[in-house]
Amino acid sequence: MATTLAKAADGTASLTHAARIQHVSKSYPGPAGQQLVLDDITLDVAPGEFVTLLGASGCGKSTLLNLVAGLDRPSAGEIATDGRPALMFQEHALFPWLTAGKNIELALKLRGVPKAERRERAGELLELVRLKGAHGKRVHELSGGMRQRVALARALAQESKLLLMDEPFAALDAITRDVLHDELTRIWRETQVSVLFVTHNVREAVRLAQRVVLLSSRPGRIAREWTVGIPHPRRIEDTAVAELSVEITEELRGEIRRHGQH
Amino acid sequence: MASTDSTTVAKDGNDLAGLEAGLDALETRQTGRTPFRQTFTEKILPPVLAVVLVLAVWQALVSFKVVDDPSKLPAPSAVWDVVQTAWLQGELLGYIWTSVSRGLLGFLFALLIGTPLGLIVARVKFVRAAIGPILSGLQSLPSVAWVPPAVIWLGLNNSMMYAVILLGAVPSIANGLVSGVDQVPPLFLRAGRTLGATGLKGTWHIVLPAALPGYVAGLKQGWAFSWRSLMAAEIIASFPDLGVGLGQLLENGRNASDMAMVFEAILLILIVGIAIDLLIFSPLERWVLRSRGLLVKN
Repeated sequence: MATTLAKAADGTASLTHAARIQHVSKSYPGPAGQQLVLDDITLDVAPGEFVTLLGASGCGKSTLLNLVAGLDRPSAGEIATDGRPALMFQEHALFPWLTAGKNIELALKLRGVPKAERRERAGELLELVRLKGAHGKRVHELSGGMRQRVALARALAQESKLLLMDEPFAALDAITRDVLHDELTRIWRETQVSVLFVTHNVREAVRLAQRVVLLSSRPGRIAREWTVGIPHPRRIEDTAVAELSVEITEELRGEIRRHGQH
Repeated sequence: MASTDSTTVAKDGNDLAGLEAGLDALETRQTGRTPFRQTFTEKILPPVLAVVLVLAVWQALVSFKVVDDPSKLPAPSAVWDVVQTAWLQGELLGYIWTSVSRGLLGFLFALLIGTPLGLIVARVKFVRAAIGPILSGLQSLPSVAWVPPAVIWLGLNNSMMYAVILLGAVPSIANGLVSGVDQVPPLFLRAGRTLGATGLKGTWHIVLPAALPGYVAGLKQGWAFSWRSLMAAEIIASFPDLGVGLGQLLENGRNASDMAMVFEAILLILIVGIAIDLLIFSPLERWVLRSRGLLVKN
């Protein structure tokens, strides 16, 4: 990660960006020399904003998220975030040797929250994701949807200004995913956290986001952006959601088609 | 949980909480412990029957005079008499304790050395390249091979016994930890890093607990190796001043050409080895696996 923006003196949001990605490129050594994965990405996430990154395979959306999370360094360009972002994966990534509650408490502990407060705070976070009684449950005792909610609670325990989500609901069944979309929207509005959400599901992107950013593939470039003005609560079957999804899907298919023409 | 959530429904005025509680209830698998009856018929009864069968065949060989020479094959009852006499004279527990205390203390030392060694080999590339292959190679060296040099270096005393145990158990424990660390899913390491668990914190909170199943498997094997090397050391280096352990008992039986005593010693060595595994290592392993959902049957 490049630099961390200085915090405002009074701690309130005088910052204009939760994340600032400027001219970021990333290449990896490949069989035919350096392979460019991300090409000159510039993207800002405002405090409290919900942005989805949409793209087909090979667009480098997960790579970009790893760069913002500080798990990897960009080859060129600058990334600045307000503190260390929280990251949620497609797999729940909960630690199986800890209970659901202790997973959250570990996040609090690593952030330096004193022991006396941890249990209570973990309880509040579990209540926020509507899993009040699950503190002592082992990870394998929870359903897929419950695991992702605990993972969300653990990510929120970091109290980061920015929550990065890497296709967190892709492995869930459609009914559970739909419910978790509602939950995520509710929690985002309650906590005012900024979200950068990666997906290849157009409807999911439109349903959740204030802004949808379409990435082209190989190398990943920002192809187009849409501001989503549909008021909440949104439903996946809403006409407005469907109409915008059709438009974005057309664009996405166009991007994919270009790769078959060489 | 459904009842607490239904109150939220009334408050929120939407059905999301109720919907979610319903999904949770539908998707949660109920896992209970297996009833004792089932454990008894599936786990306890078969080995007991096998032992009974072996004893019956043994007794039959002697009773029907298939083997007629008690100095070659004593009757089970004769062996039992020897065991009973040793018990009545108060010596039996002494034999067992001499060996078990040596074995466990030696194992504890092996644990203290093998654990940091395994961690360093697993985490430091250079050390791994340097001694990793030697460490796994040492596992295939029978630890009896260490008895002669240990006697020459340390003499006929307890330190020599401990040295042999260490050389047998340390590679197993260290290798167990190394393979445990190697099998930690990279996702856990990434998740740990985003939570701020880097460096020593990452090792303590993420790597070590994640590597625990491999480590415990290494401990189990380490104990088996400790016990074997100790018996070898006791048989080869029996010396009256060292106190009589199970290995010396076996050697004494051979010297006295007392086959019942030899059988007594072999059975005790076997039973103690199994008992320690059943009482300490198997429960530990099951606990580790069960708490991670790795023992749940479908």
